[in-house]
Amino acid sequence: GGMAAALLLLLLLLVAAGPGPGRADAGREQRDALREELLLSPLPTGDVAATFQFRTRWDADLQRGSVSHYRLFPKALGRLVAALGVRELHLALTQGFWRTRYWGQPPLQAPAGAELWVWFQPTVTDVDKAWKELSNILSGIFCASLNFIDSTNTVIPTASFKPLGLANGTDHHLLRYAVLPREVVCTENLTPWKKLLPCGSKAGLAVLLKAERLFHSSYHSQAVHIRPVCRDASCLAVSWELRQTLTVVFDFFSSGQGKKDWSLFKMFSRTLTDTCPLASQSKVYVDISPKNKEKELLEVSPPPTSLHEAVVQGDKKTYAVYDLLSPSLFNTSRSLNVQLKWQRPQDSSEMPIPTLHAQRYVGGYGLQTGEICTLIYNTHPYRAFPVILLETVPWYLRLYVHTLTIITKGKENKPSYIHYQPAQDRRRPHLLEMLIQLPANSVTKITIQFERALLKWTEYPPDPNHGFYVGSSVLSALVPSVTAMKDMDVEQSPLFTSLFPSSDGSSYFVRLYTEPLLVNLPTPDFSMPYNVICLTCTVVAVCYGSFYNLLTRTFHVEEPSRGGLAKRLANVIRKFRGVPPL
Amino acid sequence: FQDQAEQFFRSGHTNNWAVLVCTSRFWFNYRHVANTLSVYRSVKRLGIPDSHIVLMLADDMACNPRNPKPATVFSHKNMELNVYGDDVEVDYRSYEVTVENFLRVLTGRIPPSTPRSKRLLSDDRSNILIYMTGHGGNGFLKFQDSEEITNVELADAFEQMWQKRRYNELLFIIDTCQGASMYERFYSPNIMALASSQVGEDSLSHQPDLGIGVHLMDRYTFYVLEFLEEIHPASQTNMNDLFQVCPKSLCVSTPGHRTDLFQRDPQKVLITDFFGSVRKVEITRETLSLDRDVAGFESKFPEEELATEPLKYAEQLPVAQIIHQKPKQKDWHPPGGFILGLWALIIMVFFKTYGIKHMKHVF
Repeated sequence: GGMAAALLLLLLLLVAAGPGPGRADAGREQRDALREELLLSPLPTGDVAATFQFRTRWDADLQRGSVSHYRLFPKALGRLVAALGVRELHLALTQGFWRTRYWGQPPLQAPAGAELWVWFQPTVTDVDKAWKELSNILSGIFCASLNFIDSTNTVIPTASFKPLGLANGTDHHLLRYAVLPREVVCTENLTPWKKLLPCGSKAGLAVLLKAERLFHSSYHSQAVHIRPVCRDASCLAVSWELRQTLTVVFDFFSSGQGKKDWSLFKMFSRTLTDTCPLASQSKVYVDISPKNKEKELLEVSPPPTSLHEAVVQGDKKTYAVYDLLSPSLFNTSRSLNVQLKWQRPQDSSEMPIPTLHAQRYVGGYGLQTGEICTLIYNTHPYRAFPVILLETVPWYLRLYVHTLTIITKGKENKPSYIHYQPAQDRRRPHLLEMLIQLPANSVTKITIQFERALLKWTEYPPDPNHGFYVGSSVLSALVPSVTAMKDMDVEQSPLFTSLFPSSDGSSYFVRLYTEPLLVNLPTPDFSMPYNVICLTCTVVAVCYGSFYNLLTRTFHVEEPSRGGLAKRLANVIRKFRGVPPL
Repeated sequence: FQDQAEQFFRSGHTNNWAVLVCTSRFWFNYRHVANTLSVYRSVKRLGIPDSHIVLMLADDMACNPRNPKPATVFSHKNMELNVYGDDVEVDYRSYEVTVENFLRVLTGRIPPSTPRSKRLLSDDRSNILIYMTGHGGNGFLKFQDSEEITNVELADAFEQMWQKRRYNELLFIIDTCQGASMYERFYSPNIMALASSQVGEDSLSHQPDLGIGVHLMDRYTFYVLEFLEEIHPASQTNMNDLFQVCPKSLCVSTPGHRTDLFQRDPQKVLITDFFGSVRKVEITRETLSLDRDVAGFESKFPEEELATEPLKYAEQLPVAQIIHQKPKQKDWHPPGGFILGLWALIIMVFFKTYGIKHMKHVF
């Protein structure tokens, strides 16, 4: 009894003494954590999609408190959030287009080009000024031309783009959304993105990110998401989460091989060799869900450390998990090269059609008028659901809203909510937001006509004959799930299931983007000013000059000059000689 | 005494900057982007960091849909050397490369919201390397097929830089047709200039690659790159060697240079004075003791007050709330001048026609 009490007292004393002065940062400063994850999903067409997610969660409130010591959370972004009063930031740079019809619902899609949408804190007084400063700072960080974001391509959506993080009320005047469809994504955007990761591209999953393979693909999208999240299940405190996601789809045809077998080496020309020492979790998930409830047709090697089942996007899926932090993984070989082999060939009749997909195109002919048509497909056999369509059209395509028609199954479909903000020339783009009910198993066609404007000479870009882009439209919908989702612990579930906060299990939220459009505007001939100047000057010189000369020229006889001294002397000599004078 | 005299002629710079500009758009001008990227690569290799390099590329060749090997820009045929690499930061891209932006970068007159990586933050002890390539003519250089910069404008920009003490010494290299015309008008001190061809001559491209389908490099920059590949940060090679780089037999055009504005003898100017970032190091034998107490480095987090009730996430598609969202009432503005004038006219015409005595019937 006495011994036990003495031991307990000793222990208590040791604990109370606390860590020494040199170790003050060990205990309470483990406030940020990094989780990294790679999801490999084979797509129905034989391509494979790889989604990287790197999540740094910092248990601190960036808005309050003067933070000066940054550990895993990058300082550039942390200072940005604190200084400009940003509540949520989503920036995506994408090259290519996700073909929803053939590839299925995307885990997280982004439109072609650059997309930036930000929710500001209610304490920000001048949101437009903060938005302009934010886009300039981000253009410096990510080497993208985000400084071209100004009032001519920024809109304020009223119904779409609700905050993905903790929110205390959603006054949409604090939201700004802009798309730059012409933006090119290349290695210079990937380089600073990789430098924001705690381990850079030296260890962990980021060693696979080599530009030469990533950009030789059908779809490449890299994004940065910053938002406040619940610190734990009780949700009484706020943590800040930074997610860096990169989705790439490797094309089966362009890789040049005959078979559809994939491996990490074939995709990235590298394999995984070690883990990032700063990561608390580092996993590779491979989607091996059986289709049509038959036996699995995908075989993975080496054998995974575990299997994980989850309901993702309304469907039950099975994943093979490779936990890079488990010691047994690197026992046999120093590198991990996950290989996927098809056990029997797929035929195209097995391709599942996603419940919601859309396409958009420009109709019409000539350079004066045209028509934007959007087709939205609901392939669910018996459930109808609403979808919000957000269209942003630049001011130089003048939309005629009275020609807006929405037709479903031959009948007109009146939207439950329309918000239309007309454009102002050179100041504001068109914004059209509609909430449309899609009946089961239907195609909805939305058409609106436009007229093309003539720009001023100096407003044309250096390559005007390329055309002008119209950004993708955004479709946000709650699609009914096949399997109901249970409430899950956010911390234990994989990252790709926890991006969109789920409200109830009967439907899942999805955000789709349509194709961007390329429209030709009437383009002048830029050599005409030079031609006109030459022609006018010639005409003036020939016609007016001749008349002027005719009218004002007078002729008079000129006395021959007496000549200088030499000439007079010469004339004297010539007179003596008898020769006529000069 | 001779040592002191030697020191007088050594360069007095403390930092290095580089402004590398490619001014051409379109796929067939691949070689101009390859030129600029090969100088970028040499300059980075010799020590100038990305924060001190302003790289302006007017078009994207690496991820161009016509590039058979995406994310690469090659300088030698048979794809030997990828000058694009894996670690590249382009500061001004695509439509941002304009004459106005270029002159603003040089003179420092940039809008206050410009990020740091897009600024030339040089001071009076900076050595700056300026490299330009594209299509040019006698006295001008074409930017993106839509505007030009003349040699007079460039000379005036350098004079502004000199008066603001934005450089210690400046090396200007230009690889365009008739490039020597661009440095004819310089009049500020401490400028050395090189050009790939004289007035009246064209600069020619080096070799096409049949796989990619375009010419990969220009001749002058190709031989300059070969020369620079042999330089390492401790090289003692001087500018006279750079002047001999591309003789007429290899380049077909006659490269020119101008050193009359430069105060030091080119023989004593090292290549690394401009292309590299050599810093002078002082060795000290004193020791410094660091304080063991790191209490000052703890993050100062105020005690957080926890919320009283749990916070929640917003609903992503609140259909009922959206449908009943009333559109914001437009603020009432008093009628503008036109409406007021129109009504005044109507009322005046009415009373002129019918007389004032009818007013009581109106109201």
